[in-house]
Amino acid sequence: MIVAVASGKGGTGKTTVAVNLALSIENVQFLDCDVEEPNAHLLLHPKVSRREPVYIPVPVVNEQLCDYCGKCSEFCEYNAIFVSSNKILIFPELCHSCGGCAIVCPKKAISEEQHKIGTLNFGSSGDVELVYGELEVGEPLAVPVIKAVKKQMKPDGNVVLDSPPGTSCPVIETVKGSDYCVLVTEPTPFGLHDLKITVEVLEDMGIPFGVVVNRAGIGDKKVYEYCREKDIPVLLEIPYQRDIAEFYSRGVPFSLEIPEWKEKFRTLFERIKESVGK
Amino acid sequence: MRICVTAAGNSLDAPVEPRFGRCPYFIFVDSETMAFEAVPNMAMGARGGAGIQAAQLIASRGARVLITGNVGPNAFQALAAAGVRIVVGAYGTVREVVERYKRGELRETGAPTVGGHYGMGAGMGRGWRRRYPPPPPY
Repeated sequence: MIVAVASGKGGTGKTTVAVNLALSIENVQFLDCDVEEPNAHLLLHPKVSRREPVYIPVPVVNEQLCDYCGKCSEFCEYNAIFVSSNKILIFPELCHSCGGCAIVCPKKAISEEQHKIGTLNFGSSGDVELVYGELEVGEPLAVPVIKAVKKQMKPDGNVVLDSPPGTSCPVIETVKGSDYCVLVTEPTPFGLHDLKITVEVLEDMGIPFGVVVNRAGIGDKKVYEYCREKDIPVLLEIPYQRDIAEFYSRGVPFSLEIPEWKEKFRTLFERIKESVGK
Repeated sequence: MRICVTAAGNSLDAPVEPRFGRCPYFIFVDSETMAFEAVPNMAMGARGGAGIQAAQLIASRGARVLITGNVGPNAFQALAAAGVRIVVGAYGTVREVVERYKRGELRETGAPTVGGHYGMGAGMGRGWRRRYPPPPPY
């Protein structure tokens, strides 16, 4: 079963929930898809055994063939090519690797080369297998790195996907194809606002979901009211509690230290499994 | 000589727009006759690479000089490749800056004046903040 952990708002506890969930179940692979700021490894403390670069194809121009007609530049939706009367410039960081420029070039002057945009890290921590992606500094495209991380997904067993925050392309790419999505929120107006946006996205994608309320006890009751109205299951509440916060601040997953939480995450997982019929 | 000025409106009396890639209009002015043509900037709403798209437009329309507020690194590179001379830090109306340029009062730049940013979300990017410090508190 593939479970994605997401949230509209940042800093609600996605990684905390994802890591503790992974540590509480068997036969599990953890894919950290928050490639702009991966941090599950800060809680899992894996031994990284292997690294692999992630490339995307970008155009290169054979200026001996190019007659500066400008068709490639006109075609490029992302303005990654500039053509003047006697020069052509490629801006690889704007390129989305569609390959269209090479197709429209009447002189066949454009070919593609590999441009490094990130790194995959492979490791393990106890029984949890971990893969996390890292986007190169200065590269704006997270999606190809997320795709590369998800390509490492094992065909059987359980997979926990740690999503970046928000509701834009990197999140869609992460949760796409999941059996279930756990939405982590906090019971504040900010948590609620961003939860609503994420719910809309998941409804649109047809992915079943439930809510985990983190830092329960702060804020107000509006998140609960919203979930009741929308008939969204509240799967778990993690209280705003000193010992949990302390373990977190030391980089220790709290379910390892407080055994009852392992049980709670296991129950959560069973409940999800049941609801998706797997 | 054909001069391009980034403008907030579509006439010679429109104020100069400090942003290059996302200015509303390009005013192409013939410096001898002051005849002009206003071209709406199609790159204004581009997701990314607005400066490059805008540079493409200016180069294709044969402007030799660009007068604007700031240019970023990508636009600068593109304009330089097209042999367009770049004047930055301009303010006033389009007519005024063209007159000032003709009198030799405006200097060309040999480097981008603001940092790069991606898309529109970045808002007041690094260079802007440096250039225009926030107003003092009341």
